[in-house]
Order: sequence, then C-alpha cells, then structure tokens
Amino acid sequence: MARAVTQKRKLIATLAAWTIGMAIFFPIFWTILTSFKTEAEAISDPPSLFWFDWTLENYGVVNERSNYPLHFMNSVIISVGSTVLGLIIAVPAAWSMAFVPGKRTKDVLMWMLSTKMLPPVGVLIPIYLISRNLGVLDSRVALVVVLTLINLPIIVWMLYTYFKEIPGEILEAARMDGATLKSEILYVLTPMAVPGIASTVLLNIILAWNEAFWTLNLTAAKAAPLTAFIASYSSPEGLFYAKLSAASTMAIAPILIMGWFSQKQLVRGLTFGAVK
Amino acid sequence: MSTQHSRTAARFMIAPATVLLLGWMLIPLCMTLYYSFRRYRLLTPDRTGWVGFRNYENFLTNPAFMDALVNTLVLVLGVLIITVVLGVLLAVLLDQPMFGQGIVRILVIAPFFVMPTVSALVWKNMFMNPVNGLFAYAAKAVGLQPYDFLSQAPLASIIGIVSWQWLPFATLILLTAIQSLDSEQMEAAEMDGASPLSRFWFITLPHLSRAITVVILIQTIFLLSIFAEILVTTNGGPGTASTNLTYLVYAESLLNYDVGEGSAGGVVAIILANIVAIFLMRMIGKNLDA
Amino acid sequence: MNTTLRALLGATALCTVASVASAQTLTIATVNNGDMVRMQGLASEFEAQNPGIELEWVTLEENVLRQRVTTDIATNGGQYDVMTIGTYEVPIWGKQGWLLSLNDLPEEWDADDLLPAIRDGLTVDGELYAAPFYGESSMVMYRKDLMEEAGLEMPDAPTWDFIREAAAAMTDRENEIYGICLRGKAGWGENMAFLTAMNNSFGGKWFDEEWNAQFDSEAWANTLNFYIDMMNESGPPGASNNGFNENLTLFQTGKCGMWIDATVAASFVSNPDDSQVADQVGYALAPDNGLGRRGNWLWAWSLAIPAGTDSPEAAKAFVQWATSKEYTALVAENEGWANVPPGTRTSLYENENYADIPFAQMTLDSINSADPTNPSVDPVPYTGVQFVAIPEFQGIATAVGQQFSAALAGQTSVEDALANAQELTTNEMEDAGY
Repeated sequence: MARAVTQKRKLIATLAAWTIGMAIFFPIFWTILTSFKTEAEAISDPPSLFWFDWTLENYGVVNERSNYPLHFMNSVIISVGSTVLGLIIAVPAAWSMAFVPGKRTKDVLMWMLSTKMLPPVGVLIPIYLISRNLGVLDSRVALVVVLTLINLPIIVWMLYTYFKEIPGEILEAARMDGATLKSEILYVLTPMAVPGIASTVLLNIILAWNEAFWTLNLTAAKAAPLTAFIASYSSPEGLFYAKLSAASTMAIAPILIMGWFSQKQLVRGLTFGAVK
Repeated sequence: MSTQHSRTAARFMIAPATVLLLGWMLIPLCMTLYYSFRRYRLLTPDRTGWVGFRNYENFLTNPAFMDALVNTLVLVLGVLIITVVLGVLLAVLLDQPMFGQGIVRILVIAPFFVMPTVSALVWKNMFMNPVNGLFAYAAKAVGLQPYDFLSQAPLASIIGIVSWQWLPFATLILLTAIQSLDSEQMEAAEMDGASPLSRFWFITLPHLSRAITVVILIQTIFLLSIFAEILVTTNGGPGTASTNLTYLVYAESLLNYDVGEGSAGGVVAIILANIVAIFLMRMIGKNLDA
Repeated sequence: MNTTLRALLGATALCTVASVASAQTLTIATVNNGDMVRMQGLASEFEAQNPGIELEWVTLEENVLRQRVTTDIATNGGQYDVMTIGTYEVPIWGKQGWLLSLNDLPEEWDADDLLPAIRDGLTVDGELYAAPFYGESSMVMYRKDLMEEAGLEMPDAPTWDFIREAAAAMTDRENEIYGICLRGKAGWGENMAFLTAMNNSFGGKWFDEEWNAQFDSEAWANTLNFYIDMMNESGPPGASNNGFNENLTLFQTGKCGMWIDATVAASFVSNPDDSQVADQVGYALAPDNGLGRRGNWLWAWSLAIPAGTDSPEAAKAFVQWATSKEYTALVAENEGWANVPPGTRTSLYENENYADIPFAQMTLDSINSADPTNPSVDPVPYTGVQFVAIPEFQGIATAVGQQFSAALAGQTSVEDALANAQELTTNEMEDAGY
C-alpha cells in the first residue's frame, strides 16, 4: 500500500518535472531545430516540427561568411585565460580572508562585490581611451585582463566561502608538522577545495564566454569572440531566422556541451556558502 | 609571533586582488568623474571645457531618468520574485524521487549557458514576434488575436526573458540547499502528522533562507546592469517603457555620443548601485553571519 | 642624367610602394546587408589581384556597426582601415578631418560617372570623402494582385490620400493582410528617416532658419496624425517594433499590401528564392501632397578611409575596386544583374542589361527626385533629406523617435509626443550652442 503510494507519487513527480523541464528547454530545442530548416520553412504557418526537409545549408552559409574557428578560439582563449588569471590572483586572497580574517575582511569582500555593480557603459570611453593608449585594442590580452577584473569579485567570494568550510584544525595540524605556507596551500588546502575550485572555474568560464559588452566593444577582427560573431547575424536584410538559428547554435553549443558534461561538478560547488 | 607572521602574509596575499580591483575601479571612476564635469561630445571633440554641474543637471532633469529608475527597480524586483518563487517550487519538485532526474536537471539548467544576446534574439524573433513568432501561431491556432508582447508589454516581456535565463541558477542553488536538509527532521515531522504544506512552510523554507539570500545577492549584481536583452529586443522603447539606468547611460554616451552627460549618468548609476549594495550587504551580512 | 635620376626615383618610389604593400592587412568594417555580404564573398578576387593585401572583415548589424566605428574614429582608435558609413556621417566626419580625401582616385575609376545627387552628398568643400557602394531612395512597393482585388489602380506618382484609401481597401485582418507596412521602430535611421522624409512632403521641416525646432508646427502634427491614423487603420500588429528588416519579412511573406521603404528592398521582394510574392510586386514613387516635395529620402552606404589608417594606399586600392564599374560587372557575371549594387553610377542605368530590371527606372527616378541640399518646401539651414547633417542630430532624432514610437504603440498621445519632442530638441540644441 505505502509502496503503491510512493510509486504513484514518483510517477506524478516524473511527469511534472519532465513537462516543466521540456518547457524550459524548448526555446533552445526550437533554435536548434530551426537551424536545420530552410528560411521559408522557418517561418512557415503552421510551424513544422520534424517533418520538413532537413538541410545543412545554413551552417554552410554561416561558415562561408564568418571565420567561425577564429571566433571560437578567441572565446576559448579569453574565457579560459581570464579564469586562470583570476584564480591565480583570487586563491591567495580568498585563503587569507578565510583563515586570517581581519576586522575589515568582510568589508573588503563586500566592497569587492560592489565593484561589480558599476554599469560598464559608464566607463566605456575611459577604458577605450586607456586601451588605445596602451595599444591593446582588439587584442586578446586586453580582454583577458578586463574579464578577469570583472569576474574577480565573484571568484574571490566563491573561493572564500569554500575555504571557510574547511576546518581550521586540519591546517593547524599541518602547520605543526612543519608545513610552510606554500605547502599548506598547495598540499592541504587545495585538494580539499577542489570541488569548490572546479565549480568556480566552470561558472567563470560560462560568465566570460557569455560576456557581450566588453568583448564586443574592445575588439574588431583579430580578437573578436563568438559574441561578435552573433552580432553579424542579428538582423540582416531578408529572411534570417534559419541562419540566425544556425549561428546561435554554433555560438552556444560549445558551452552548452561543456556545461552538461560538467554539471555535477558545477552543481556540487555552486552554493556560495549557502548550504549549512 | 606566528600570528603576526601570518597576518603579514595574509595582507600580502590579499594585496594583488585588492590593488587590482582598486585600480580597476578607481582609474575609470576618476576619468568618468573628470569627464562628467566637462563638455565632451565625441562628434565635436574640438569644443571642450569645464561645464560645472551642467551634465548632472541635464541627466537628472531628463524625463527619461525617473522612468529609468522605476524600470530598473521593477526589472530587478520582478525577476527576483519570479526566479525565487519558481526556483523554490522547482527545487522542491526536482528533489522528489523520479525517473530520469539527471536528464531533467540538464534540461532545466540549459538556459543558464545561453548568451544573453542569443536568448534575446531567439525570444524576440522566434517567439514574441506578433506575426511570425511561435506565440502568435499558438494564439491564432486557438482563435485568438496574436499579442504584441514587445510593444504592448515591453518591460514584462524583458522580465520574462531574463527570468528564463536566471531561473536555472536560482533552482540549482536552492536544490543544493534542499538536498542538504536533514531528512530525519523531515521524517520526524511526517510522523507527527504535519501536512506536506506545513512541512514545506516550517522546515524547508526556513532552511532555504540563507540560499535565497545568496540568490538575491548574486542576481541583483547582474540584474542591475541588464543591457544586452534590452538593446536587442526593444531598444529601451516604446518611448522609455523599457529603458533602465544602464540603457539610459548607454543612450547618452553612445547614441547621443555625449560622453560628458553619459559620464554624469554613469556616476549617478554608480551612486545608486552603491546604495542598493549597502542595503543588500546589511541584509546579507545579517543572514550570512548567523 | 635628368631622366635617369627620375627613372631611379620612380623606381625607388615604386619599390617603397611595393614593399609597403606587401603583407598588409586591411581591417574592413561593414554592415551585414545583402550587398555587403556579397562583396565579402567576392573579395577573394581582390586578394588574388593584390597578393600583398590581406582582408579582415568585421561584419556587424547596422546600429552596432555605427556605434563601433564612431567610437573608434572619434577617439582615434585606429582599429579599421576601411569603414562603411552613410551620407549622414560623411559630411560631418569630413569636416572634422577624420577621413582621407578620395579626390586622387585614378581617372579610370571615373568619379564623373557617379550620380550627381549621391556625389554631392559625399563631397565636402570639393573633397570627395567616401566612395558610394550602393545608393538608395525610397519608393512605394505594392502588391498588384491585392490592388486589383481592391478595385484600384496605383498611379506612378500617388498622393498620400490615395495611399491611405488603398491601404484601407486592401486590409483583410482575418487573413493577416495589412494594407500598409511602415517603419515604427525608434531610431534616427528607422522611424525618423521615414517620418522626416514624409514630413518634407507635408511641407514641414526640422528647424527654421534660426535653428528653432519645429515640432510645434502644424505640418508635424498633420504628419504624425496621418501616419498613426493610417497605421491604426491598416497597419500590422507590433508596428512600433518594425524596422526595415521586419517589414521586409512581412512583405516577403505576403502580409503587406504596400510598403514604403528603401529602393534596395526591390531586389529582395522580387527575388523568387526569398519572396512568396515576387511576381506580384509593383513600384511607384513615394507619395506627396502636391506641395512640391515627395516623401522619399536619399542614402548611400559608402566606403571611407579613416585618416589614422596605417595602409592608406592599400585601403584606397580596395575602395577603388569595390566601387568600380568592374566590380558591378563581376557581380553581374556571378549573381545576375538584379543583384548588382544599385544607385551609384549613371553608366549602370545606361546599360541595356540593367534596363530590363523592373525596378531600375523607378529607383533612378526616386534618387533623382531627392534633393539633399534643398529638402523642404521652405528654406532650411541644413542639408539632408531624412536627416539633418549636424552631429547632434542622431542623438536628438533617436530620442524623438522614441516618442513617436510610443505614440504609435498607443502609450502616449500625439500631442504629448510632439510636445516632448519639441522640448527635448530645443534643450539639446541650446546645449549644443545653436
């Protein structure tokens, strides 16, 4: 009897969750589907679901018009680069905040977060002028640095919350054993913080991959990532739903696939210290 | 002695992050402040000079400013309410035993990986377009007049799009928090005959308060500077119906090419963001230390 | 001795040019319109002819492009060697000294062949600052079949009253056929381009000769009321978000009876690959009110070279190639005459291959009937048909466009929209020191 009830409950939960899940996913599914239609089919009335002539034409057109591999590589370099650089700066900072908290630690942390609230458009011209004077317009280096700075507060905070969960006694034991600061971080702390670091890395790659203001405004041809690639399909003359869908699919597929494969790691660490 | 040593080391380790962020914040901020008191129009760069508070006056007396302020608040609050409420419900649902939980979770988190520009373009053209969008087809299929989302309810439409992007994030954090809930406590409550609703209200929800605070904090940071979605879908219109502060600053500095007034707007936006920040920090600080 | 020296000098000069030209990269910023995309596809020909020059493309949507190139040139960022800009930017940027003069393009490029109205629009104080890639005016495109069903006949030069009457007669909301599609999306290059040109034909203007804003005039009230009433009677839903592209899609899918927009659209709506109504499209001049001005505009997407470029010679070589008669022939050979960039050269319209194109003559007539130096019925202190060629215009017109777009969406009244427009224009102009 009780078993039957749980079984029934499980079925209802399954049904509800699948319905909602598919509804949430539907726009992405529809974009991918449309990318395989012809332009006329893409706006046909009534819309066609699966029974249409599948075509790869749009992907061909997009590939011919844009240098997708270049944009893709730029996106990879910029998002990975800024994440790595961010980690190098943030790990020591988060470590010391978590284990040697001072009176103002909390304030410093909150101040760092508040820098993220600055509207980027307000400082575009100054940053543009600085980049020009340094000669780094349209360079990946500039984007790596800018995106590192933008995401640094989030990195520091995420790491800080993980580090805080690590019991201090373990570190003290290590210190007793004569571990230096360096080896303390390297051999004791880091392994324990791996899930946290992993999800920090993933979240930052996602944020950097999707950042569309600086990446569009500080680049031209050489360093332009996929966000700029999308901007050339956004509203051209003529029918464009299918081509837009193909370009969109190409722009989001890498990060979507990465996200799906690593979702366990992402979820495990994505708590910002919210779980206690 | 050892503490002294590690304190120095700690300062040393915080330094790079602090100095960099300080530089990142101060250098553009100082330049923005400087420009905000000057006449600097990109298209007539030869006519410059100090203008006192003229730029601030223009920005603050612009009728669009109040609209933008209200829109910003509505946008942030709207998305927060939707994502938190739906996020809690969805998290509770996903926590139930079911078939194919992993796949459902993948479906639910997918929107989080989509670039804001892409999601705005897709929603605008393929769903909300009143002639060729899917919603219009659906309306026509059941005999209704297609609704013109982006001109009749621009801000609500944008709230919808942004909520779709952020719902996965809220759901994920809340789900993690729910999963950490002590199941013994739940079972004990069940034994005592507490209804599912009261169990949710008295046990689950209080347990989630911390996670909800975190969701609010992180999302507010990103929602205050929503920009791409507005640029792509409505250009802040019709009128100023969907202009938020970020978009207004953009319009001044890059559509009007008035860097002076844009900078003044930037400074105003920074001040307002900091007020929100202080308010949030108070709230968070209380909740996070507890 | 003298000749030897000269020859030597010439040789050295050639060498320098050659060595400078070798392995140069040109960064070209273009808008993602069909003709530009076609040029990008054919540019391998240019690279083959000029082995020393490599091309890099930055293809962006119009508004993003405009913002990017303006920021870059005004801050002397130097990211681009060739920029695609329009007739609005050229006079302003030319005056600022931001562009290289193209007066020294070689004889065979044939500057005298350019259509006079277009050439004038790109010339400042006798210096040609940009080479026109394609030119456009605006005209009425209509569905012959629907017009016939409605029992009406489109004259070659219709009046606004006829357009409104025909639009109402063609509208069939049940079957999603809307008599008239017009731009409603806010922007100085979107709804304001259309409305400014329309206002000219209603006898209105932006500024009087003392630079006073004219939104409190009767002409503007008439223009805006007529436009909004007609759109409410016979326009499609969501018109306040429709720009060129949205209307193009509507027309191509058979949902518009008439569409008044850029002449370049003719090649899209008459192309059977993209358009479901390709064989039913007719053309007419933009409407008027019998006041001596028609509601059509003049625009040319043009290639210009920023003064800060590292490779002026290579950039000139490219601009010359892309706007030459040979390029037109190349497109004709590869894609057919209907797809050559229109509206820039007299020779194209004298070419008998091109005369067969149904919209060729109407395009030429429309371009020729626009007068950027004398756009309004009354004398005005500015040039430009659907714009005012002053730096402040795009900011003001975009803000005004927001007001008019809100009025179209029914969120403000026409009176309020005009009053707001008047106030914000007056403030901005005072601020700018007029």
